[in-house]
Amino acid sequence: MKTWRLILPLAVFVILLGFLWVGLSLDPREVPSPLIGKPAPSFSLATLHEPAKTLSTADMKGQVWLLNVWASWCVSCRSEHPLLMQLAKSNVVQVVGLNYKDKPDEGRAWLIENGNPYRVSIVDRDGRVGIDFGVYGVPETFVVDKQGVVRYKQIGPVTAEALERKILPLVRDLQKS
Amino acid sequence: MRGLIGIATVGITVTALAQTPGPAQTDIDARLKHLETELRCLVCQNQTLADSNAPLAEDLRREVRELASSGKSDAEIKAYLVARYGDFVLYRPPLQSNTWLLWIGPFALLAGGAGIWYAVVRRRRRGDDEASTSEPSPDEAVARARQMIYEEP
Repeated sequence: MKTWRLILPLAVFVILLGFLWVGLSLDPREVPSPLIGKPAPSFSLATLHEPAKTLSTADMKGQVWLLNVWASWCVSCRSEHPLLMQLAKSNVVQVVGLNYKDKPDEGRAWLIENGNPYRVSIVDRDGRVGIDFGVYGVPETFVVDKQGVVRYKQIGPVTAEALERKILPLVRDLQKS
Repeated sequence: MRGLIGIATVGITVTALAQTPGPAQTDIDARLKHLETELRCLVCQNQTLADSNAPLAEDLRREVRELASSGKSDAEIKAYLVARYGDFVLYRPPLQSNTWLLWIGPFALLAGGAGIWYAVVRRRRRGDDEASTSEPSPDEAVARARQMIYEEP
């Protein structure tokens, strides 16, 4: 009885410490997307380089693809850009760029300056498609499978670690199925 | 001249009519005002949609306004945002399997605290009772006092 009484506060404290420790490692900016496991929102948007042409969700059916949300005003897009360029060179997966709330000519200029890793970029001038995808912090990257279902969302810039550990293995898995 | 005044009068009336919002519009405004305080801005996470100046908040306010004017109910508008951004957009989380701890937790802790407090108080009171019943008789007390005074330890 006595020892139990002595240990109880300590146990409570340790449990509390555990909760706080886990809490420290959580990033409040990463809000889990409710879109995972659901069909990608349908869109049909003009492409950045040929405004007369449009690309829609249906055009991407049958292949695994990434949707990368970017903008010329987005600072951290620059940090992930070299990785996207490498990815484009490796030809593992098609990357579609969603040029989010950007001026098209600034977007085009940005791609000339930094290189264009996208199979195609589409223009979301007023951010409506972004809202459909639940975009709240550019850059964001979605992995979409052959059936058009969203499988993964990277919030913030793609890092080498996220690419190697999560995105590429997932892409390879989805391509096999 | 009279014609000119006539035209001017009509013009003023028309602009006045255009500027006074209809009852439907004021209803929507009141609804939006309330709704926007219940929704979270995802960019500046501790601000409501109504308070935030973030571009995304502006877009979402526009979206909410359009949905409201197209006749969607508050619940439908919330569902629309939850489908895109998750429960996190709601300042008041819904009661569901993964949030019951959030809702029940504080009350459970309060009940637990009250239980402990009650137990402690009861034990203390019982302890006092025991002390009063086991109080030594006067003779015993005198004997003990004597012992304490005269017998060195």
